[in-house]
Amino acid sequence: MTIFICILLIFLIVCAVAASLSKNLLNTVLIFMSYSLVMSNIWVILESPDLAITEAAVGAGVTTVLFVLTLKKIHAIMDTEKEKDEEQDSKEAAAQAEGGENHE
Amino acid sequence: MSKKVPQEQYEKTLSYRLKVWLEGSKDLYVGNLEMKPQSLPEENEETRQLRRRDEQRMRAHVYDMEHNREMGLFKKLYRIFSVLFCVFLVVMLLIGVADLPPFGNADNPVNNEVSRRYIENGLQETGAVNIVTGMILDYRAFDTLGESHVLFIATCTVLILLRVDQKKGRNGEKEAEVNDRAFEPKNDVILQTAARLLVPFIIIFGIYIILCGHLGPGGGFSGGAVIGAGLILYVSAFGFAKTERFFTAKTYKWMSFGALACYCLSKTYSFYTGANHIESVIPLGTPGAILSSGLILLLNICVGVVVAGTMYTFYVMFRKGGY
Repeated sequence: MTIFICILLIFLIVCAVAASLSKNLLNTVLIFMSYSLVMSNIWVILESPDLAITEAAVGAGVTTVLFVLTLKKIHAIMDTEKEKDEEQDSKEAAAQAEGGENHE
Repeated sequence: MSKKVPQEQYEKTLSYRLKVWLEGSKDLYVGNLEMKPQSLPEENEETRQLRRRDEQRMRAHVYDMEHNREMGLFKKLYRIFSVLFCVFLVVMLLIGVADLPPFGNADNPVNNEVSRRYIENGLQETGAVNIVTGMILDYRAFDTLGESHVLFIATCTVLILLRVDQKKGRNGEKEAEVNDRAFEPKNDVILQTAARLLVPFIIIFGIYIILCGHLGPGGGFSGGAVIGAGLILYVSAFGFAKTERFFTAKTYKWMSFGALACYCLSKTYSFYTGANHIESVIPLGTPGAILSSGLILLLNICVGVVVAGTMYTFYVMFRKGGY
């Protein structure tokens, strides 16, 4: 049991560090969700199942959904095609800017 | 003796303006204050290129590390200070944690006469088998009332911040539909099948958690959160047309108002009887039965209703900006 708790705690720390270091915002949200799941497991081990239920429903469920919705609204999650389009757009813009400078 | 004032003169008086303002029939700012709808600056291809080139040049100038000494210095200092700040925070927190007494020790300051009294007399005084629920909804019910209100106020704030004025009529509704479709998939077979199987169980589990809050682990908050999560799954699978048959902004308003008022009234009653040493009419019942422990069941239901509505409203507001 002690080994199990140790594994869970190490996973918790790894999750916390990874959530702050991840570059992709969607990855951060998903890592945060797994953090909540592990935390609810730890609550069960600490003999407070009511907190575990709340953590699983709020931490892993509702907040994750809200985060993902917000990311979608601010266009942080992009389709691959869209992303390609925008990349091309920016490249074109850069080329144009260079061209403009050369022209002068 | 009163003199009849001509209409034009009367319309200049302060009292007439006050009357008009109170009735709201005339907007006094119209004609007096310049109000124009904001318009975006016009941009054709040429100006856009110019703007982009300017931005590019500006960026290149600012981030030119060889010539911009201050920027380089600032970046270095920024890194050093952020690392220092992080280390400082970690050390402070570790010092704080190191001062805590060992976990699960019998001599800890947590195990004082308050918790002893709760544990010894809780079952007789509240009638709840689950001591935690007995504590938060009987001894410390005032805190829980505050928490429910905090949730309610949070929803109000989200409503104020995220509510979108929807255009009336068919065109506006269509626009809203298109807008919403950009954010969520519609009629996803996998999601709908999974939701059809899972949602009834999730909601029944939530109701069970709320109703058995005084008998086992659970209570209003966790049960309400589970029901809210079930509703969110349902709405993301089947769309708003199905949920709006039974849950609209009006329903939410009356539901939370009713629940909070019910909570306030029942707690007022028990505070009144408790402070005046009057026997409460509500029997405590046999511990372990579902209809026991006085008001706790009712309070759990109230808190659960508020929390479930809040979770669902958060989701709707974030996704659509209105019901």
